[in-house]
Amino acid sequence: MGDLGWIFISTLLINNFVLAYFLGLCPFLGVSNKLEVSFRLGLATIFVMVVTALCAWILNTYVLIYAPYLRLISFIVVIASVVQLIEMAIKKLSPTLFRALGIFLPLITTNCAILGLAIFATNKGYGLWEGLVYALGAGMGFTLAIVLMAGMRQEVEKANAMPKLIKGFAFNLIISGILSMAFMGFAGLFSSS
Amino acid sequence: MSEDKIEQVAGAEEPSPARLIGTLAIAGLLSGVIIIAIYLVTFETIKENKARELRESVFRVIPDVTKMQKLLLKEGKLVVSYEEEKGEEPIYAGYDESGKFMGYAIPSDGPGFADTISVLYGYRPADRKVIGMWILASRETPGLGDKIYKDAKFVADFDDLAIEPPIVATKKGKKKPNEIDAITGATISSVAVVRIINKGNDYWVSKLPEPGSEPVYIEVTPPPSEAGEAKAQ
Amino acid sequence: MAKEQHAYEEFMKGLWRENPVFVQVLGLCPLLAVTNSAINGLAMGLASFFVLLGSSILVSLLKSYIPKQVRISCFIIIIATFVTVVDYSLAAAMPVIHKELGAFIPLIVCNCLILGRMEAFASRNTLRMSIADAFGMGAGFLFALVALGGVREILGVGELFGISLFGPNFEPWVIMILPPGGFITLGVMLLYFNWVEEKKNKLDKQLAAEAGVN
Repeated sequence: MGDLGWIFISTLLINNFVLAYFLGLCPFLGVSNKLEVSFRLGLATIFVMVVTALCAWILNTYVLIYAPYLRLISFIVVIASVVQLIEMAIKKLSPTLFRALGIFLPLITTNCAILGLAIFATNKGYGLWEGLVYALGAGMGFTLAIVLMAGMRQEVEKANAMPKLIKGFAFNLIISGILSMAFMGFAGLFSSS
Repeated sequence: MSEDKIEQVAGAEEPSPARLIGTLAIAGLLSGVIIIAIYLVTFETIKENKARELRESVFRVIPDVTKMQKLLLKEGKLVVSYEEEKGEEPIYAGYDESGKFMGYAIPSDGPGFADTISVLYGYRPADRKVIGMWILASRETPGLGDKIYKDAKFVADFDDLAIEPPIVATKKGKKKPNEIDAITGATISSVAVVRIINKGNDYWVSKLPEPGSEPVYIEVTPPPSEAGEAKAQ
Repeated sequence: MAKEQHAYEEFMKGLWRENPVFVQVLGLCPLLAVTNSAINGLAMGLASFFVLLGSSILVSLLKSYIPKQVRISCFIIIIATFVTVVDYSLAAAMPVIHKELGAFIPLIVCNCLILGRMEAFASRNTLRMSIADAFGMGAGFLFALVALGGVREILGVGELFGISLFGPNFEPWVIMILPPGGFITLGVMLLYFNWVEEKKNKLDKQLAAEAGVN
């Protein structure tokens, strides 16, 4: 059980997908201008990640031991299809949830954090529970990063004195760098005695 | 603007579902053929690369060995294994030129300062000592934590290290046979390595056979590729 | 001859004027993750270059056979195939580099730059122009990776391509080869590109104004 705790904390804080592995940067930099939207995107990502971890485990256990070379292609195809199916199901079953996750579901499928999650979990040789905890940690880490980022960007928007030159991607990247530096402080959280 | 135009032109005729499925099927088929081809072409080389890397690591942690074999724990007994098995937890036995058993190489991993650290260490059951340590994978801070494999003195501390009582990383200078000097500025990484080795010992030492009754080295006819390599040398 | 000129234009467009990283800000994930040294940047750049070129040629050749409804799926299958080829070839030929780049090679599939070029260019242009475009964009991406990797390696380790530059007294700026360094270096580089762009715009305006006065 200690291992599961380590996996969770490690992906949530220490090896945050966005701030340490640079996965999912497109939505991180693109969508993070509104707090509310970022939070919902984060929730949808957690959901898709957990589904992905499940798919990846099933594929790894039952299919890919016979055909390891099909890993990449089957991950992409299966994850994309399953998310589409789930999207349709949610639309039918729970319109409220659909409105909350809404347009983000298909967008997330093309997010490299999702494929990254499947590949990292496979490379690390995680089993079902480890994979699910890993997905939960990674998704929550993504949510945490994007919500913090959105909060900061909203505050920065209020500052009128900002030169035009610095606004946009360049500035967002530098904020991300500082956030990433702050997250480095979490290193050693688990190993200091 | 130009995008709209093209969409309209393409949308003029609606292809049948059969054609859509057919296109995807052909694309999938072709891609499958190409992937399998490249897999078959590179398979032997990749396997050799991995085997060589493993051999080098094992030879690094057990001094004076020239041969090794993989051991798996089956029903409480260590047995020699050649095949890849899923979910296996192997250790490796090293032998010198004459086939004499020299020690085990035991992989172990655990939380480091940043990410999981994977360690391979040599263990000699005759005198219950760790006889070598090598980091297989880590993401410790460059310049500080990465000294766990870049600092020759730290690595050398593991060349002759008693495992009882459990290994301790100390900052006050190594005095007892079960102590190593922690790296200044990277205490957490040093302690992590020690903890990982202790964890490996906890798991494995009680399961190893009595000293003297280790599995003997079994000569296998090397696969053709390795035979070619041996000839070339 | 005029056509020659045109292909050259496409190439230069990708390399500098519409550089996929510095101007369009695409493909950031592989870009930042592997550029803690120039050599890793080079390897990743070449791998992406190969995938982009191969997929561009194939998509451009097959564009009239692919129905528009399934084009994205077909593009992804084509790209994933090339990525798998690169992955296995690297693992066989250069195991050390392959280990360094690790899981980020399969992630080339998700590089929005590649899919973007398929959709926006290769599926609508001739083979010749698509190759020129792929060469330009690929070279531009490669240039960005090596530049970023080089800067980070020089500042963070004091080396370039593994060759020590400043001698033993150099105190490395370690943060530069850690993740925050990646964000900040790219941020500063983008600032520079913005600045150049703005200066050029001002100059153009000034010239236009002067022309108007005259």
